[in-house]
Amino acid sequence: MSLVLLRIDDRLIHGQVVVGWAQRLGVRFIVLVDDAVHANLWEQDLYRMGVPPEMDVVFASVSEAAARLAEWEGDPRKGILLTGDVDTMVAVCAAGAGGAGGGGPRKVNLGGVHAREGRSERLRYVFLSEEEADKLRELAARGVEITAQDLPTTKPVPIGDLL
Amino acid sequence: MSEPLVGVIVAHTEVAAALLAAVRAIAGDDAGLVAVSNRGCDRLALSRELEAAIGGRPAVVFTDMAGGSCAHTAIALARGRLDVEVVTGVNLAMLLDFAFHRELPLAEAARRAVEVGRAAVGLAAR
Repeated sequence: MSLVLLRIDDRLIHGQVVVGWAQRLGVRFIVLVDDAVHANLWEQDLYRMGVPPEMDVVFASVSEAAARLAEWEGDPRKGILLTGDVDTMVAVCAAGAGGAGGGGPRKVNLGGVHAREGRSERLRYVFLSEEEADKLRELAARGVEITAQDLPTTKPVPIGDLL
Repeated sequence: MSEPLVGVIVAHTEVAAALLAAVRAIAGDDAGLVAVSNRGCDRLALSRELEAAIGGRPAVVFTDMAGGSCAHTAIALARGRLDVEVVTGVNLAMLLDFAFHRELPLAEAARRAVEVGRAAVGLAAR
């Protein structure tokens, strides 16, 4: 499968993703799954500014992501799929599990979920509400390996240590 | 004479605070600059911090890297506003010059910062 990283990061496309992960892994396309950005051409331009010209960016809605996941997984190039929150990633994984590709994503990276009301600190860059923690627990129970890791050079932390 | 412009440096980790410390060490502590870090912030939190630092005053926002999350947040905040300009690729030279040209009209101050900053980047002769 050519999606080498599925990441939850509320900063969406930013330096850690484009430089830290994409350059190191040799990534050639980034899929941003976010309904708000998908509907906002001006914001898409802003996100594209941060990406080098040799990297393609796809802005997908959640429903489009569900329909195209198998296509991205079959792409000969390496890609990263990003969501800004837990819910969207759960939806992407559910679509994958029910899709033609069978099984769906096996690994999810928690890259940045920052402080908000109702969330508590689990790691310097991971804050989760109880509801979000429950959803991640369910996803893990379905066989998806979830680890928190901000950069490829740091040690991945298993989700079990954070819940 | 209108109120002098405020400069807000918004950058990754400690970059803004370090640049501000350098400006103060060279130009004195009345340079009209404020530092904002993106540490621990999602875009919404960073946008709020930036808004608070601007404090409703006419401002030039200096960001570290075009395309980075700090620049992204600043550009989104400045969109449709006439009282905020965003300059990317901040360096010490442009900040030092800005500190002494805060009486300029906003757009002119921002243009000048870009020119001075660009002129400061080069391959040094040997």
